[in-house]
Amino acid sequence: MASSILKAVIDGVLTGGVYALMAAGLTLIFGVMDIINIAQGVLVVLAAYLSYVLSTQLGIDLFVGLLITVPTLFVVGVVVEWAFIRRLAGRERTAMSILVTYAVAIIIEGLLIRQFSTDYVQLNAWYVDRSFRLLGLYLPYIYVFGFALAAALLAALYMVLYRTRFGRSVRAAMQDRSAARLVGVNVERVATLTFGLGVAVTAAGGMVFGATNAFNPNSGYDLISRLLTIVILGGMGSIGGALGAAVFMLTLEDVVSVVWSPTWSTLVFFAALVIVLSVKPTGLFGRAAARAQ
Amino acid sequence: MGSRRVARMMGLLAAVGLLAAACSNASGGNSSSTSGSSSSSKQPIVIGASLSLSGDFSADGQAFQRGYQLWADYVNSHGGLLGRPVKLDIVSDASSPTQVVTNYQQLITVDHVNLLFGPFSTLLTVPSAKVAARYGYAMVEGAGGAPAVFQLKLPNVFDVSLPVADDLVPFAQWIASLPASQRPKTAAYPTSNDPFTEPQLPVAEKILQAAGVRTVYFKVFPAEVTDYTPIADQVASSGAQIVLLGSVDVPTVSAFIQAFAQQHYNPKAFIATAGPDQGASFVKAVGASNTEGVMVPNGWFPGYPNAQSQAMVQAYIQKWGGTPSDVNADVAEGYSVGQVLAQAVEATHSLDQSKIIAYLHSGVVLQSVQGAVQFDSLGENGKAAAFAFQWQHGNLVQVLPVGAPGSKAAEYPKPAWGG
Repeated sequence: MASSILKAVIDGVLTGGVYALMAAGLTLIFGVMDIINIAQGVLVVLAAYLSYVLSTQLGIDLFVGLLITVPTLFVVGVVVEWAFIRRLAGRERTAMSILVTYAVAIIIEGLLIRQFSTDYVQLNAWYVDRSFRLLGLYLPYIYVFGFALAAALLAALYMVLYRTRFGRSVRAAMQDRSAARLVGVNVERVATLTFGLGVAVTAAGGMVFGATNAFNPNSGYDLISRLLTIVILGGMGSIGGALGAAVFMLTLEDVVSVVWSPTWSTLVFFAALVIVLSVKPTGLFGRAAARAQ
Repeated sequence: MGSRRVARMMGLLAAVGLLAAACSNASGGNSSSTSGSSSSSKQPIVIGASLSLSGDFSADGQAFQRGYQLWADYVNSHGGLLGRPVKLDIVSDASSPTQVVTNYQQLITVDHVNLLFGPFSTLLTVPSAKVAARYGYAMVEGAGGAPAVFQLKLPNVFDVSLPVADDLVPFAQWIASLPASQRPKTAAYPTSNDPFTEPQLPVAEKILQAAGVRTVYFKVFPAEVTDYTPIADQVASSGAQIVLLGSVDVPTVSAFIQAFAQQHYNPKAFIATAGPDQGASFVKAVGASNTEGVMVPNGWFPGYPNAQSQAMVQAYIQKWGGTPSDVNADVAEGYSVGQVLAQAVEATHSLDQSKIIAYLHSGVVLQSVQGAVQFDSLGENGKAAAFAFQWQHGNLVQVLPVGAPGSKAAEYPKPAWGG
């Protein structure tokens, strides 16, 4: 049983990293723009399909393909922000963002169904089904690589936010858009770039998701509920919170699944979510904490 | 961000869920303005159905839609039904048990459809059959074969496919019949908490235990699991020699196969209740090399030796392209629904629901692309035969029952993953 629990903890941490990668864009966009991007799940699936096309049509390795999919998703994000998000204004901006990004999700989903049908596919490479042995346990390469990618990208995102001039502008916009404007920050430009950055990060999450799950254009709906849960638990707007919450969520679920029963794993997670939010309504690293980082 | 703001966000997110449900209805298929059963002979007969064109069952729902459409095309090209063309009024339920109720309510009371076809899955058939019964409509369906449907004892439900509780019987009997030296000693039974899967495993377990195959793992997991890895890892660490997986879709089977391969765990036999029957979709998800030896119970496969079935497969390829392996069992189940209801309409020469229901309960033997159909008092198809199929060299072939017409020798033990 001890080795099963250890394996469940490792599984939870590794899979949590993948989910953090998918949730990072969502929380970044909310933190800067007060936009709840319901299209995040479908954007993950779009990224997975881009990797699928590059892999099956051009024979490009999944990780190498990120050199193409990340900039592509950045452009997609900038276009979506320009075409749909920028026009939202006023007190109901956040509420309206849900409707608008839901519409964006439906449009992308429809295009994906038209192009790929609802057949399931999965990304493949030599490391997808293989594993290596460590301390008597088999660790899957794809999850280890995915976690390493998540750690690297989230660290890079952190560096951009906290060690660059652009990052200072982003954080200024997070704290007070009006005040940021007064000190010369081009808030609209920052918002566009942040939305693009948030969606670009999703490209990596989509690739790992597609390598670890069979997916079709409808798979985004299951994802968005989980990603929103992670972001709420971690504290909306906090990159570190997304990582912490994702690891906490998946580890808790996996351990309960092994020790008790898979039937209770989801229930226990949501019970933990309710308890955390009761004690700390802003989540583990809510925006107030995130701003102070 | 204060607690009021968090509460507001939660409210907004809840609103999104409601919006999604509302929009899914509006995003349905073909609307119809034709109504009434007393229309002139040239007016189309409108057949209403709710299908899962999005959501968890979207792959199955869209395959079912193709089955319904193929049947309608065939009927319309052969003089129609009662001399009238057939028109489908299909709306999407987004795989939601609540939306499917709204849809059938609307099809019956607003669209006034002449006939009904069933939705996909037992999960959605249970609530929709109750709606149909309330208005006296016959509900002929092809994917609601679990006990949860028949336990309702509704007079109007007719499932043209195999009752699912018996799906795994040929597999379990085959394992039990193996010589003691080859027979596995242990079995694992992971299953999702779905009314389609859960009834199947205890039936198989009982047969296998009687043959001395010990259960080393039997756990139910939620249909919406975030991470299948720990469940699959536990099955692997149990060392079970055979695995019977209660699955409703391709992603579940794919996740287990991937985790098994990563854990270097190769059971002698692996059968999943659904997923491997999805043809090319299954192959694309798990990879061709991982399909070898994987089994699935069902009542139909593309090579089914039935003239009507072969004609349907050819019509499918002509309309949508591909190969026979691209045609999954959902298409045949949907097509069978149309065939059975059409035979009842033609025999009674009527669209009167009570006459149709009485005819279907009369014990008459009907024909479909899945073979003979005869309903008992609960609407179960007593003539349906249970088979098991296995992926061999890229093709899904019938292997069980042993010695049945069309059965080939099963690969046992199955080769290692990727082999």
